[in-house]
Amino acid sequence: MRAFTVFAKELRDYFVSPIAYIVISIFLLVTGWFFFTPFFLFNQASLRDFFALLPIVFSFIVPAVTMRLFSEEFNMGSYEILETLPVTTRDIIIGKFLAAAALAAALLVPTLAYPLIVSLLGDLDWGPIAGGYLGALFLGAAYGAIGLFASSLTKNQIIAFIVGAVLCFALTLIDKMLFFFPPQAVSVLSYLGADAHFQNISRGIIDSRDFLYFLSIIFLGLYGTSLALENRK
Amino acid sequence: MIHAEGLTKDYGNLRAVDGITFDISRGEVLGLLGPNGAGKTTTLRMITGYLAPTSGSIRIGGRSIQEDLLEIKKTMGYLPESAPLYKDMLVYDYLVYAAEIRGLEKERRMERLKELAGLCGIGDIMHRTVGELSRGLKQRVGIAYAMISDPEILILDEPTAGLDPNQIAEIREIIREIGKKKTVILSTHILSEAEATCDRIMIIDRGRIVADDATDALKQSAAGRVVIHLGFRETGDADEVISLLGTVEGVEKIERVDGGEPGTSHFRLYGDPASDVRDRVYDKIRETGWRLTEFYREKRTLEAIFRELTREG
Repeated sequence: MRAFTVFAKELRDYFVSPIAYIVISIFLLVTGWFFFTPFFLFNQASLRDFFALLPIVFSFIVPAVTMRLFSEEFNMGSYEILETLPVTTRDIIIGKFLAAAALAAALLVPTLAYPLIVSLLGDLDWGPIAGGYLGALFLGAAYGAIGLFASSLTKNQIIAFIVGAVLCFALTLIDKMLFFFPPQAVSVLSYLGADAHFQNISRGIIDSRDFLYFLSIIFLGLYGTSLALENRK
Repeated sequence: MIHAEGLTKDYGNLRAVDGITFDISRGEVLGLLGPNGAGKTTTLRMITGYLAPTSGSIRIGGRSIQEDLLEIKKTMGYLPESAPLYKDMLVYDYLVYAAEIRGLEKERRMERLKELAGLCGIGDIMHRTVGELSRGLKQRVGIAYAMISDPEILILDEPTAGLDPNQIAEIREIIREIGKKKTVILSTHILSEAEATCDRIMIIDRGRIVADDATDALKQSAAGRVVIHLGFRETGDADEVISLLGTVEGVEKIERVDGGEPGTSHFRLYGDPASDVRDRVYDKIRETGWRLTEFYREKRTLEAIFRELTREG
C-alpha cells in the first residue's frame, strides 16, 4: 500500500514533468530510424530487427530514466524526509522500481504501431511479437533495477547514469565478446548475457531459464540498492 | 516519552555525538542549542531513525528504535533543516501525498488539511508550486507536512534558519501553538529563539551535553553570577593588580582580559553572588591611585552562559 503511494508519486513525476515525453520521443526516433531504414531492403514482414536492437537502446534509455530516482533525492535532501516517513526502505525501493518498470513499459506502448503497420504490408507471425513484447517488459524491468541500483550509489545524476548505462551495456554485449575470455569462463559468461536470453523469448521460445535470469537480475539490482541505502545510515 | 542512553555517533574518525543521555517527557518543548557542528542535527537524525547510532540506545514511548522503527515513525513528525520538500509538487498535492503515505484515512484528509491551513496560515498558497515559495512559506508548509498525521512528537531542525525577523516571529508563534499539546524538539544556534519558545534548553557542544535545565532555571543561574569588568590606564603591571584585588573579601577570581583601548589593561573579576563586592573593590582601588577607565557589572544573560560553555579550546 505504501509502496503504491511511492510508485504513484514517482510515476506522476515522470508524466507531469517533460521527462517521460522527451524520453519516449527519443526512444521512438532511435528505434524507428534504425528499424525502418533497413526494413524495406529485406522485404520481410517481421519485427526481428526491432527486437534485435532493443537491448542496446534500452541500455542507455532506461538508466536515463532511473538516474534521478535516488540521486536527486540525496542531492536535494528530500531523501531524509522520505526515509523518516513511516515507510520501510523496502517499500521505497519497490515503489521506485515499479515506477521505472512502468515507464519502460510506457516506452513500448507507442511501438505497438510497428507490428500493426507491418501486418498491413505482409503476413506477420504474431507469436514472436507477443514473445518479443513480453521479453521487452522483463528486459526493461531488469535494466530498471540496475539503473535504480546505480542511482542509489551517488547523489550525482550524471554518475548514476554512466554507471547504470555501463552495467547495462556490459550485460547486453558480454555474449558478443566471448572470444576475449578463457574457454573455461565462456559458458558462465554466455549465461550472464542479457541479449541471448531476451532473443530467446522474442523468438517465441518460452523457457523458464530465461525468465529466471531476468528475475535474478531484478532481485540482485534491488538487493544491491537496499545494501547501498543501508550503508548510508 | 523519549529516553536516550549513551548515544554515540562516529563519522569515520570524527565523533559527532559523544555518549549523551537524556529524557524528554510528554508535552515538553525542548530546545537543542549549540554552535554549528556541535552535533545537534546528528542527535535529531538518530532520534528520527534516519541515522543509526554507533552505540547507545533510544526508546520512544516504550519502544526501542532499533526494533520498532516503523511504529515509532508513525508517532513522529520530522522536518529536516531548510525543509527539503519536493520542489515541483503543488503544496496541496504534497500535503495529500504526505497524508496518504502517513496512512491518514481519506475521510479525515480534507478536514485535517483545513485545520493545518488555518494553523500554519497556508490556505491561500495551496495551489502554488513548493519550489517557488519564499523560505518562510516553505517552512510553514514543512511544518504542516510534519503535523499532517497529528503526531505525538514534532521534531524541527533549525526551523527559523535563514528567515527574516517577521517570518521568525510567525514560525515561533506556530511552534508555541503546537507546543501546547505536543512534545516538540527543535534545534537552533540562536539563543533568543530557544529562550522564547522552549520550556527546557539543552546545550550541546562538541557532541556532549554541557547544560540541561528548564529555561527559567538557566536564566536564574545566569543572573545569580557576579562578573565585574575593570579597566586601568597603564599603571604598574598586571600581576600587581591581580594580587592586590585577589585578596579583597568576596572576590573569587580575577583574570586579565586581552583587547580594549590601547594604553589600558582590562580585567574580569568574579564575585561571590551572596554579597556585593563592588564597594570593597572600589575602596581598594582608591587606596592605590591607579586610574580607573572602566568599572561595570556584566549583565549575565543566557548568552554569556552559552558562550562560556561552548567556547573554543
